[in-house]
Amino acid sequence: MDAAAEQKYNFDVVRWFTVMAVVYLVVGALVGVYIAAELAWPVLNFDSPYITFGRLRPLHTNAVIFAFGGCALMATSYYSVQRTCGVRLWSDKLAWFVFIGWNLIIVSAVVTLPLGITSGKEYAELEWPIDLAIAVVWLAYSFNFIMTLATRKSSHIYVSNWFFLGMMVMITYLHVVNSLAIPVDLFRSYSVFSGVQDAMVQWWWGHNAVGFYLTAGFLGIMYYFVPKQAGRPVYSYRLSVIHFWALMFGYVWLGAHHLQYTALPDWTGSLGAAVSLAMIIPSWGGAVNGMMTLSGAWDKLRTDYVLRFMIMSLAFYAMSTFEGPVMSLKTVNALSHYTDWTVGHVHSGALGWVAMVAIGAIYHLMVRTFHTEMWSTKLINAHFWTATIGAVIYVVAMWVSGIMQGLMWRAYDEYGTLAYTFAESVEAMHPYYAMRAIGGAIFLLGAVMMLINILMTVAKASSEGSLQQARTAAATA
Amino acid sequence: MANDNKSVSLQEKMEKNIWLLLIILAISLSVGGLVEIVPLFTMKNTMEHNAAPELLWQRQPGQTLHDHKPGDGMRPYTSLELAGRDIYLKEGCYTCHSQMVRPFRDEKERYGHYSLASESMYDHPFQWGSKRTGPDFARLGGKYSDDWHRKHLRAPRSVVPESVMPNYPWLKDNMIEGKDMASRFKAMRLVGVPYTDEDIATANAELAGKTEEDAMVAYLQVLGTMATLDENKVYRQ
Repeated sequence: MDAAAEQKYNFDVVRWFTVMAVVYLVVGALVGVYIAAELAWPVLNFDSPYITFGRLRPLHTNAVIFAFGGCALMATSYYSVQRTCGVRLWSDKLAWFVFIGWNLIIVSAVVTLPLGITSGKEYAELEWPIDLAIAVVWLAYSFNFIMTLATRKSSHIYVSNWFFLGMMVMITYLHVVNSLAIPVDLFRSYSVFSGVQDAMVQWWWGHNAVGFYLTAGFLGIMYYFVPKQAGRPVYSYRLSVIHFWALMFGYVWLGAHHLQYTALPDWTGSLGAAVSLAMIIPSWGGAVNGMMTLSGAWDKLRTDYVLRFMIMSLAFYAMSTFEGPVMSLKTVNALSHYTDWTVGHVHSGALGWVAMVAIGAIYHLMVRTFHTEMWSTKLINAHFWTATIGAVIYVVAMWVSGIMQGLMWRAYDEYGTLAYTFAESVEAMHPYYAMRAIGGAIFLLGAVMMLINILMTVAKASSEGSLQQARTAAATA
Repeated sequence: MANDNKSVSLQEKMEKNIWLLLIILAISLSVGGLVEIVPLFTMKNTMEHNAAPELLWQRQPGQTLHDHKPGDGMRPYTSLELAGRDIYLKEGCYTCHSQMVRPFRDEKERYGHYSLASESMYDHPFQWGSKRTGPDFARLGGKYSDDWHRKHLRAPRSVVPESVMPNYPWLKDNMIEGKDMASRFKAMRLVGVPYTDEDIATANAELAGKTEEDAMVAYLQVLGTMATLDENKVYRQ
């Protein structure tokens, strides 16, 4: 129990973001499993407009990225910025505004997307009034973070905060430019860009949401929580400086690799692909720095389940940041584009890296901010294995189906005509779509275990009175 | 990257000064986007119709959108087609269907001529898509009859047994709320689509008695049919 920290810092808003992140993890994964099952068994669409794949898929992506990912980022960044700066959040009121605002945005997404209210831009479907709200809340979140840094007691700004800052600046750029639209009414707007320019702006947003929100932001999590959980300093300061700046400068260029062989001019796609290849170096720099932080303390993996999540996440991170540059090669992209391979790649990053490092950090946060041990360690262990096995089944299913699709589409028979109709390729996907739904369901089961564990820990902290004691005890420090 | 190796002291300064760190970050983060996006607006060869003007419909004064014949060149969508396109967005069709044929032999045989940038010049937002759970739509227009599309939209597996697409039976029952079509045209004109005052004046009336299914079929049937593409012409280097 750390009464001094409890009274000095604002842990309340961190606790709320932490618990809500887990709630949204379950919701987002549940929607994901359902739409995966719809592709395997289309009868599950039940002829209802509100639950078709086309309307629920944006809900799934928004829920996992912005609801789960957002709450996880806000919980971890607001916690670690206070600890690394030695000061309380600059403004408690602004922090609560961000919490309430962000959650209202999530609720509005849950309502509007199944109703088919959408701007029709992938990963940025929310309509313009919600986009405006996102901009306001995001700036409030960033401003509070920056002002906390500006009022810090420590002399230097710790590395995790660099990554969070990079994310805040870049997401502001991306969101504002990509969402530019002319409204028709409250529920409809048209993008100011069209065709090829809209495509480039969209994938500049799309890939950098991955690069800055899901990579830089979560590297921020990694740089604070892995050393803390391992009880060891970051392996290399120098490596962190180099890979930070390389990532910040270079990642921005990658979006164009989503548009190779399209009507986008060739120079743009090739430039995107070339920089993509180079990005393997800063990406692995981060992975190596995280993993080597454990050097000399590998034995901890035997007993520390939270650390296992973090190390597994770094393994997935290293794998998917190798896979990404490979897929951006023109010859590979010609096969992989438009197929399930892309979906598999995204999920090895999302389930393996993003979710696992956040899950590890959330377990760490629960213990530190509720001033008690987790309700069940066994359940954390069970969660670790379900999450890992579920993610592997999912990714393998999509690798096989993706490569198979790509090969079937381009296959010729002995007479020089296309060997398969498109419908035949759809039929061939069925077993893998079923397998993907099962992998996703196993991952979801783990998330449910986590939610139970989290809620029981909250109840335990309340019945033990540990939180109350921390709030009122005379600070010893 | 110029700012990392050059001197440790700049890094040291940034680690102690949040504002300096923010400014350097803001500059580093803007370069890639500027270099890749801005030229697409300024370089003439981005859009093929700058070198091949026949790709664009040369509309004469007084002509309505219905005076356009397939192959005459790119034109703005009619009222019914745009209504259909908006339903295409609403139902999230782009999550499973692309509208971008790549210049490969198999795609040419399966779908047709590769797509040009000029062909989506009036598409706000673009609908190139990123996934083919179902086939590409860039050259869909005219491949199947209207009746086939209606059957397929209502119950895809009645015509394609292997399909995993949801049924869309409600499209035939929902009348289009056409009263705001003129405002949609006006918004489109604001972002650069050349609708005339006459187009806007007649936009609402054209939707009288039409269902969402009518609009969807009209949109699907116009895809890839506006411009005539020459097999022997090299549009892109």
